[in-house]
Amino acid sequence: MKRTLIALSVLVALSMLLTACGGGAAGGVIKVATQSPLSGGQSAIGVDIKNGAELALEQLKGPLEEMGFTVQLAPYDDQANPDNGVANAKQIVADPAVLCVVGHYNSGVQIPSSEEYHAAGLANVSPANTNPRVTTRGYLEVNRIVGRDDVQGVVAADFAASKGVKSVYVLHDKTAYGQGIAEFFRIEAEAKGMQVLGFEGTEEKANFDALLTPLLAANPDAVFFGGIYDQIAVFIKQAREKGYMGIFVSDDGFDSPEAVNIAGEAIVAGGGTYYSTVAGPAILYPGTAKFQEDFAAKYGAGPKPFAAQGYDAMAICLKAIEDAATAAGNKLPERGAVATAVRALKDFPGITGTINFNAIGDLTTAKYFVIQVASADPAKWNDNPVAETLDIAPPE
Amino acid sequence: MLRRFGSAYLRELIRPLVQMTAFVLASGAILSTVMVILALLLRGSAADEALLARNGTDLLTFTLSNLPQVLIDSVTLGFVYAAIALGYSMVYGVLEFINFAHSEIFATGAFIGVEFLIILEGAGRLDGVGNLLAYTWLVVAIVLGMVGAGLLATGVERIAYRPLRGAPRLVPLISAIGVSFFLQDAIRMIESLTTGQFHRIIPTFGNFDQRILLGNIPLSTGAIEIGIQVKSVIVIVGAMLMLIGLNILVNATKVGKAIRAVAQDRPTASLMGINVNRIISLTFLVGGALGGAAGVLYALKFTRIDPFVGFFPGLKAFTAAVLGGIGNLTGALLGGVVLGMLENFAGAYLSAFTMGAAGAEYKDILAFAILILVLIFRPSGLLGEQVGQKA
Repeated sequence: MKRTLIALSVLVALSMLLTACGGGAAGGVIKVATQSPLSGGQSAIGVDIKNGAELALEQLKGPLEEMGFTVQLAPYDDQANPDNGVANAKQIVADPAVLCVVGHYNSGVQIPSSEEYHAAGLANVSPANTNPRVTTRGYLEVNRIVGRDDVQGVVAADFAASKGVKSVYVLHDKTAYGQGIAEFFRIEAEAKGMQVLGFEGTEEKANFDALLTPLLAANPDAVFFGGIYDQIAVFIKQAREKGYMGIFVSDDGFDSPEAVNIAGEAIVAGGGTYYSTVAGPAILYPGTAKFQEDFAAKYGAGPKPFAAQGYDAMAICLKAIEDAATAAGNKLPERGAVATAVRALKDFPGITGTINFNAIGDLTTAKYFVIQVASADPAKWNDNPVAETLDIAPPE
Repeated sequence: MLRRFGSAYLRELIRPLVQMTAFVLASGAILSTVMVILALLLRGSAADEALLARNGTDLLTFTLSNLPQVLIDSVTLGFVYAAIALGYSMVYGVLEFINFAHSEIFATGAFIGVEFLIILEGAGRLDGVGNLLAYTWLVVAIVLGMVGAGLLATGVERIAYRPLRGAPRLVPLISAIGVSFFLQDAIRMIESLTTGQFHRIIPTFGNFDQRILLGNIPLSTGAIEIGIQVKSVIVIVGAMLMLIGLNILVNATKVGKAIRAVAQDRPTASLMGINVNRIISLTFLVGGALGGAAGVLYALKFTRIDPFVGFFPGLKAFTAAVLGGIGNLTGALLGGVVLGMLENFAGAYLSAFTMGAAGAEYKDILAFAILILVLIFRPSGLLGEQVGQKA
C-alpha cells in the first residue's frame, strides 16, 4: 500500500512538472533548434556545432530579451542518420515556439529533414552542408553559410592536378554528401587529363582488404575519398599498412582531429594527406579571435571545425527573428516572416566573414581551403598549414 | 589411464591442426584455380583489353600477381569468422538453438579488452613498451575480454534462455534477438557516458602494425608487395589456439564428455548424474569466452570498434557456421575459411573482371550467391553428414 502511494505521488509530481513545462510556451518564448550528431562517431564535430550555436545564443540574445521574449536553445541529436533527423524535424516543426533551425552536419540528413522545415515554413540556416541539392531545390526556408561540393570537388581536383597527380582512384561512402563530392571530383579530374583508375563506393568501416587489392594493383598517384573522417581515417591507416605510399586527398568531412587519432603516423607518411574544406579552423578567419577565447573558456577546449559556422548560423537566426519581430511591432513573428528575413539580410557581419545570400540561399561568395595534414598529433590539427585559399561564387 | 588420456590429448591437438591446414590449402587451391581458369577464358575479351589500357597488365597477370596477397588476407579474415562461428556452433551443438546475442557478446569482449588497453595508455603504461610487455598486455586484454564476455553469456543464458527452455523453438530465438538489441544499446549507453562518442580506437603499441614482407612481384606499373602484418599473424595464431583448446575440451576431457552427453540426449544425461544446467551454463561460458577473445582480436586487426560492430561479423560467422554444418566445430572453421576466401576473392577481382561495373562493394552479394548455391546442393552444410554427433 505504501509503495503504491509513493508511486502515485511520483506520477502526480511528474505530470505537474510536465504541464509546467508545456504551459510556458504562450508567454513569448522563442526557441532556436539545433540539429547535429551529438552522439556516435561524428559527434566530435556535431557537439561543437551545437556549442558554437549555444555560445552565440548566450551572447546575442540581448536585443530579443529587451523586447520581452525569452530565448531558448533546443538541441537535437540527429546521430548523423536521416531517419533520426526527419523524426526530430517533425518534433521541431510541431513546437510552435521554434522559429529557426541551425542544422545538420551531414547533407544526407539535411536534405530529407529540410523537407519538413519547408513544409512548415520554418527557417533553416545550415552551418556545414555542402551538397548542391541543399539549396538548388530553391526553398525560401533553406540557407547555408558554407560553400558547395560542385565547387569543392573541383577545388580538390585542381589542387591534385597542381601536385602533379596523373592518375587517381576515387572512393566514396555512398551518402548524398560523399558520393556527390566524389562525382564532382571525378568530372574535374578527367577534364584536367588525370586518369581515373577506379570509382567505388563502400559502407565498410573496418576491413578494407578487399577494396585495397585492386587499388594497390592500379597503383594510382593519389586516392580521393569523399566521406567522413571516422571511415576515411581507418581506410588511410590500412592502405599505408599495406604499402600504399601515394597522396590521399579528401574533403571537409575529413576535417576533424579525430582523423589523426585513428590513423596515427600513417596520415603523414608517404605522399601525405590533403583535404579541401569549406570551413577551415577558426584561426583562419580574422573575426574569430574573441570567439576562440570565449569558446575555450566555456567548453574547456578550442573550437573544432564548423563551430564558428554554428555560431554564425545562430547569429543569423537571432538577427532575422529580431528583424521580423520589429516588423511585426515587437510581437512574436510568424515563421514565414523569419524565413523571409533570413534571406533578406544584407552584409551581415558574421565572425566568419560578411554574409549575403543569393536567390536560392547560397553565399554570394564562399571561401574554400585546401589544407595539408602536417602532424600526427591531434592537438596540432588546427595548426595544419593551408595550401590554398580561394573565394568562389556558386555556379549559376 | 594417464597414457590413454595423454594420447587422446595429443590426438585432439594434432587433428584440428591437420584439418585447418588441409581446409586452407584445399579451398585456396580451388578458388585460385577457378580464378586462373576464368582469366584464361577471358583472354582477349573486352575486360582484358580494358584492364590492359587502365593498369598496363592483362587479366591473367593481374590475377596471378595478386593471388598470394589475396590468399593471405582471405585466411586472416576467414579465421576471424571462424573464431566467432565457434561460439554459435558450440551453443547450437548442445541446445539446437541459435544464440543471436553472440554478436553482441563478441562486441562486449572487444570493448572490455580495448577499454583496458585505453586505461593502460592513459596511465602511460604503453609508452615505448618492449615487445614482451606489449604481448603480455595484449594477452591480459584478451583474457579480460574472455572473462567478461563469458560471464555475460552465462548471465544471458540464466536470465533470457533458461526460463524458456521448455518453450517452442521460436520463443528463445526471439528472446535472443531481444537480448541482442538490448546489449547493443546498453554498450552504446555505457560507452557514451563520458564523451558522447561510443566508438573506440585501440591504442597503438608494440609491433602489431608492422608488416612482414614476404617478397614482391615486379610489374610494369610498379611492384606488388606481398606481406602479412604482425597483427594478422596474431589473429590466425589466436584463432588456431582457440580451436585446439576447444577441441581438447570437448573431445578429451571429462567435462567435454558431459557436454557431448547433454548434446546427444539431455534427459538420459541427467539420469546418469550429469548436472544438465551446469553443463549448459558451462557451454555458454566457453562459447562466450571464445566470442570475447575473437572480439579483442577483431579490434586489434581492424582498429575501430563501435557497439554495432558485432552485427555484420556475427551474421557472417553465423553463415559460416551454417555453411560448414552448424553444430560441428570443424565445420565452423571450414565455413569461416571458405566465406573469408569468397569475400576477399570477390572484392579483389570483381572490378577487374566486370570492367569496373561492379566493384568491391558487391563482394557480399557474390559471396552469398555462392553460399546459396552450396546450400541448395548440400542443405546441411559442407560437413553436414557429421551433424548427428554434434559438438
